[in-house]
Amino acid sequence: MKGKKALALPYVVWSIAFVLIPLALVLFFSFTDKEGNFTFENILKIGKYSSIFVKSINLAVIATLICFLIGYPLAYIISRSREHVQRNMLLLIMLPMWMNFLLRTYGWMTLLENEGIINKLLSLIGLGPFQMINTQGAVVLGMVYNYLPFMVLPLYSILVKIDKSIIEAAQDLGANGFKVLIRILLPMSLPGIISGVTMVFVPSVSTFIISRMLGGGSNMLIGDLIETQFLGGNYNPYLGSALSLVLMVVMLLIMAVMNSLEEDDMEGMLV
Amino acid sequence: MKTIGKRLYLGLCFLFLYAPIAILIIFSFIESKNRATFTGFTFKWYQALFHNDLIMRSLWNTLLVAVTASILATLFGTIAAVGISGMRKRMRSAMMNVTYLPVINPEIITGISTMLLFVYLKEVLHLELGFFTVLIAHITFCLPYVILNVLPKLRQMDPSLYEAALDLGCGPFKAFIKVVVPEILPGIASGFLMSFTFSLDDFIITYFTSGSSFSTLPVTIYSMTRMKINPQINALSTLMFLFVLVLLLLMNIRKKGHQSTARRRA
Amino acid sequence: MKMRKTVCLLCSLLTCFALFSDSVSAAPETRTLRVFNWGEYISDGSDGSMDVIQEFTRRTGIQVDYQVFSTNEEMYAKIISGSADYDVLIPSDYMIGKMIDEGLLAKLDFSNIPNYRYVDDAFKNLEYDPTNEYSVPYTWGTVGIIYNKTKVTEPVDSWDILWDSNYAGQILMFNNPRDSYGIALKKLGYSQNTTNRDELDQATDELKKQKLLIQAYVMDEIFPKMTAGEAALAPYYAGDAVTMIGDNPDLDFVVPKEGTNRFVDAMVVPKSSPNKDLAEQFINFMLEEDVALANIEYIGYSTPMSNVKARLDEEVQNSFSYPDDEVLSRCETFVNLDEETTAYLQDSWTGVLSYGDSSIGDILFLAVFFLFLIGIVIYFTVKKHRNHTI
Repeated sequence: MKGKKALALPYVVWSIAFVLIPLALVLFFSFTDKEGNFTFENILKIGKYSSIFVKSINLAVIATLICFLIGYPLAYIISRSREHVQRNMLLLIMLPMWMNFLLRTYGWMTLLENEGIINKLLSLIGLGPFQMINTQGAVVLGMVYNYLPFMVLPLYSILVKIDKSIIEAAQDLGANGFKVLIRILLPMSLPGIISGVTMVFVPSVSTFIISRMLGGGSNMLIGDLIETQFLGGNYNPYLGSALSLVLMVVMLLIMAVMNSLEEDDMEGMLV
Repeated sequence: MKTIGKRLYLGLCFLFLYAPIAILIIFSFIESKNRATFTGFTFKWYQALFHNDLIMRSLWNTLLVAVTASILATLFGTIAAVGISGMRKRMRSAMMNVTYLPVINPEIITGISTMLLFVYLKEVLHLELGFFTVLIAHITFCLPYVILNVLPKLRQMDPSLYEAALDLGCGPFKAFIKVVVPEILPGIASGFLMSFTFSLDDFIITYFTSGSSFSTLPVTIYSMTRMKINPQINALSTLMFLFVLVLLLLMNIRKKGHQSTARRRA
Repeated sequence: MKMRKTVCLLCSLLTCFALFSDSVSAAPETRTLRVFNWGEYISDGSDGSMDVIQEFTRRTGIQVDYQVFSTNEEMYAKIISGSADYDVLIPSDYMIGKMIDEGLLAKLDFSNIPNYRYVDDAFKNLEYDPTNEYSVPYTWGTVGIIYNKTKVTEPVDSWDILWDSNYAGQILMFNNPRDSYGIALKKLGYSQNTTNRDELDQATDELKKQKLLIQAYVMDEIFPKMTAGEAALAPYYAGDAVTMIGDNPDLDFVVPKEGTNRFVDAMVVPKSSPNKDLAEQFINFMLEEDVALANIEYIGYSTPMSNVKARLDEEVQNSFSYPDDEVLSRCETFVNLDEETTAYLQDSWTGVLSYGDSSIGDILFLAVFFLFLIGIVIYFTVKKHRNHTI
């Protein structure tokens, strides 16, 4: 048994080199100025961008809520259907995920444009045109669209395990549909909800592609701001690192809150 | 009544999921460059696509990175998982926390942090950003998925099996291959599959670590979406969708075949 | 003991990299030239034109790795961050000035670029490169307003129309600070190169006012959006306007009366390039008459070479691609601003893009949401606690 431990050594070294050291570099850059001196300036500067933080978190929260509201019934319906139907539907949900998300988002651009398909169809019945692309709504839609499967799959895997007889028992004892949902289904599927919410919220809050493709440049999110500090218009890795650091801290705090809901340790999060 | 509601709901959900893909497919056969008009049926975007060096090269790069990274990450991750399972509790939970970092960290942070490291390495060692940096970054974000898939299987395994093999005269390596690997194979397989898919599809981390002359398909697609009109994108999407569809159908049929043979055996 | 092992491993890992990198840089016998240019800014062989990159490889046997960027700043970030290396860059005037000031560019050996003699004197020794040691002009042009005649019926002659609320949601704007501020400053009657904070702040206010009317902040996407009729008005480059009007005859282009930006995009070689000789060979190739003609015909921008201009269609020669002196007298060329002003501009621009966000409603929503979340957490912990005590 003793020799086994040594097998993890290369991985430990790899993790230090390519996970921990890079994060340490982010920390280091956050407190450094151009000349390499220690400074708090980058962190202090972030106050100016608080509105962008608020907006990012806001849109991500809305997107996560919508994903949950759409995803929960979907996952429930799938989990209660016949077995081969279940498999086919899961396949249908995963299929778009295999196609590059840039292409799918590009598809939405074509749909939502002023001269796009949706507006053309609406004009046939005498409505519109509506300004849909380049709005906050379009950004939220992009998030919901891209990350919905991340909500449905963990919810499904929990819901499918809930025994039908439990629900029937509750109904026999006089619980109506709403009560069954509140007292039985939701509490029992809590781990699935938590991992679904995390898997939607984290990429939503840090995206820079969706906001750029569907938000028309005027819906700047925290991800855009970080990206422009490194590869975009205003090169400033020091400020970029400080922004990343704050984003990471906010993220970990939210995650800690989420995890306190769950009794299990972190190891239950993905599998 | 209830079932109609259910059907309607499912229908709407799938409409939502597939509408943009359907649009791309339709537009890939339309001649006019202009997205606002439907005129003429054509295959010319497909022809142009196959003659587009940049796309073909990026496709090759993507496959190369995905195959290498997922194989290396699977090997490396399986060994690491065995090592981690042999650790004492405190050490193990520390290691698990590090393993979870790339999974829960927003991708953009993984991207920029590795970019900072590679730029630093470049100054010190003249290691240019390109294939190797992308490979390292991909292996790094694939490793956790392999480990997280293999570890539970190791935990489920009866440790006495391995010890029995040793007692019966197997060397540790042989015992590992003959006894442990078959037990954890499902975990290894799903870890490999996840790695392969994530690597194939990754844009953000590759975007930050690929440097000047190396680009994978997602990075190329990104630069195409930012340029002027290019209906080749639609053709590319259609082909990718068909490819994935066929792949999944094949896998599904194979699975069904397995099940029926299994049933027959039983 | 363990520590030492770790250190050993780390060292061997690093040596591995060193070996890799050596083999990588030593391996290619045939040298590759890395070119970094604007998107759609070279004749690429479509519609029977010359594929310039392929032609270069055919004539010289040198492989070319060709990449594109969409703003000067994006190109600069790639160079300065060290994440990418190139041999030939084609940035605009002010960016060249900036890179010269920062010592990022190599002095060219003009004896390797004999074709430089074909470049008009008017494009030599310009402000961004006063002694003309670093750059060779590729194209030039002006920024004007491209508009859709079916959607805009009144005469367009001023930048003011981009602030006209009749066209709310129909206006596109540049997504980069230098170009956008350039327009706002011209509208106010100031120089595009001003460093006066007061004037810049006025421009910021103008741009914030304009934000409510803007459909999207974009760069190259202006091209497809305008040709598809997605928007009514946008600032864009005269060169592209020629092509766009060809694609959609409803469009028209005008240089506003307040004046505008005249830009020059020129070829330069970064100091870090190990292939300076190849780079100069490439620059010389780009000045060959047939090559330059193919490029100009394809991209539609204006050429700084009169021998090339003479071979263009009469119609093109008299189009807005080659404005008369009266128009040119109203134009300004961007110069490199000092670092402080650039940073100030960038910050103000971020302020413009995020203007109007985080109203009190948003913050309230977030606060209520998090209170709700914390409430749930407390509820569950209390419940759990109670269960335990029972």
